Amino acid sequence: MSRDRRVSVEEVRHIAELARIKLTREEEILFTEQFNRILEYFSMIGEVDTENVPASYHVLDLVNVYREDEVQESLRDDEALKNASEREGRFFKSPRIV
Amino acid sequence: MSDLHKLTAIEVSERIRSGDLSAEEYLYSILERMEHVEGKIHAFVTVVEENALETAREIDKKVRRGDDLGSLAGVVVAVKDNICTRGIRTTCSSRMLENFVPPYDATVIERLKAADAIIIGKTNMDEFAMGSTTETSYFGATHNPWDLNKVPGGSSGGSAAAVIAEETTVALGSDTGGSIRCPASYCSVVGLKPTYGLVSRYGLIAYANSLEQIGPLTRSVEDCALLLSVISGHDSRDSTSVDLPARDYLKNLWDDMRGIKIGLPREFFGEGVEDAVKDAVLKAIDKLEDLGGSCFEISLPMMKYALAAYYIIAMSEASSNLARYDGLRYGYRDENARGSFDEVFSKNRREGFGAEVRRRIILGTYALSAGYFEQYYIKALKIRTLIRRDFERALKDADVIVGPTMPLLPFNLGERIDDPLKLYMCDILTVPANLTGCPAISIPCGFKNGLPVGMQILGRPFDEDTILKVAYAFEQSTDYHRLRPPI
Repeated sequence: MSRDRRVSVEEVRHIAELARIKLTREEEILFTEQFNRILEYFSMIGEVDTENVPASYHVLDLVNVYREDEVQESLRDDEALKNASEREGRFFKSPRIV
Repeated sequence: MSDLHKLTAIEVSERIRSGDLSAEEYLYSILERMEHVEGKIHAFVTVVEENALETAREIDKKVRRGDDLGSLAGVVVAVKDNICTRGIRTTCSSRMLENFVPPYDATVIERLKAADAIIIGKTNMDEFAMGSTTETSYFGATHNPWDLNKVPGGSSGGSAAAVIAEETTVALGSDTGGSIRCPASYCSVVGLKPTYGLVSRYGLIAYANSLEQIGPLTRSVEDCALLLSVISGHDSRDSTSVDLPARDYLKNLWDDMRGIKIGLPREFFGEGVEDAVKDAVLKAIDKLEDLGGSCFEISLPMMKYALAAYYIIAMSEASSNLARYDGLRYGYRDENARGSFDEVFSKNRREGFGAEVRRRIILGTYALSAGYFEQYYIKALKIRTLIRRDFERALKDADVIVGPTMPLLPFNLGERIDDPLKLYMCDILTVPANLTGCPAISIPCGFKNGLPVGMQILGRPFDEDTILKVAYAFEQSTDYHRLRPPI
């Protein structure tokens, strides 16, 4: 493959695992090819001198927007569980974690 | 067939409040129009005819009783399917949320209802708002009403198409990298991305939370101002909502733009932009000068890096915002999936999400991962700062910045969908407004080969008044806003 490989199929597989998204073998190959082209385009940001430039996580000057810790109206149990695929009583059910 | 579906929101609400028009009769004209064209356009995912009729009858009762009615009385609103509507399926045009019924209304929906608007249904979009053509929808693409073989733009393609095809009075969309303005340009409607923080995101299903805003799609600038007045203003349930009260944007709207200083960035007219588009927009800019604006060239050198910075930030935020979709509390779950939590989780996400969504989540995860975080995510955020500085500097001398909305005319369905990077390039002119938070509007400014061209007007943060004024002055002195597709 080309010298300019920024990411390998194995890396893509690993990242997909971190993101908890299963990919087929064909997709791993296709995505790797697409990612390499996209990352190549992204790499232009390396040209820019950003010494002493702060990062903009946000565009507003808001910091720590809080409210008083008062109990307010909330969703009823049956409303909150309405879209669950499996439930038991007041709980959502999930596959075994441990 | 009556012509009531052609009315603007201002006309509808005035006539209904005065008792001159019944909300039910008006709604029937919309439903009839929908029957006539929806099969060809596919703008809607869900239509709630019964709910809408019930609301309309309630409004007519209120009129007969002499009750006060809201500013959107009887106005029909189509809502992009990533905005939560209580009791109405909200899918983000994704298999992942195909059967998700929100137990609450987004703040903007509460405000529409309080203004006596009628919600007609949920519109088609690119899956999870990731796209510029509405082709990544799990339910199939929406077709551009001007030419059914062409894309309507995206990701709010359904909303824009429904508005120009008169299947609704007005619509709501969301804009993360151009998703209101792009389809507005391609469908020849008015589309506004408000200043970040002006409109509550409570109930907007998140894609990239530091970039997106809900905004209006309408057939006139006045309607846009009206809808903005209803949905904007502080919301304590959205911690990124600015502490400004709701205002009336119609009050300051008059068509006098004399003395307005207009900056024209050379980067908006560069080689990435088609000649046909440049041509139409430059003619429109001549018009702005005739109307009293003074135009001068400016430069925004960091524009070159805006698209890369945007996608890195958006994908990173998306990987985090979409981590919640595991098929457990809500969302797609493969009935036959067996195995550990992680295995089931991965399978649900693989089957629930389309390719573009999976691509962006994975790339976003990569950009945030150890070893790459500084090089991509942090670097992109620093470039964002430099872009903001470019715009702040430019908007000291200029009141508004003007250019094309899209770098090319609407293209054929299927033409770009297999080449992600080529598709991303459609956004080069729209992403700066999201990165900086500045308000930006797209209005119809001409046609080329029978296809619409949009002009984009950007302004200072929280100065929607000025961009609306320029838009209004242009609209009122031209006829583009009266044209309708031959459908």
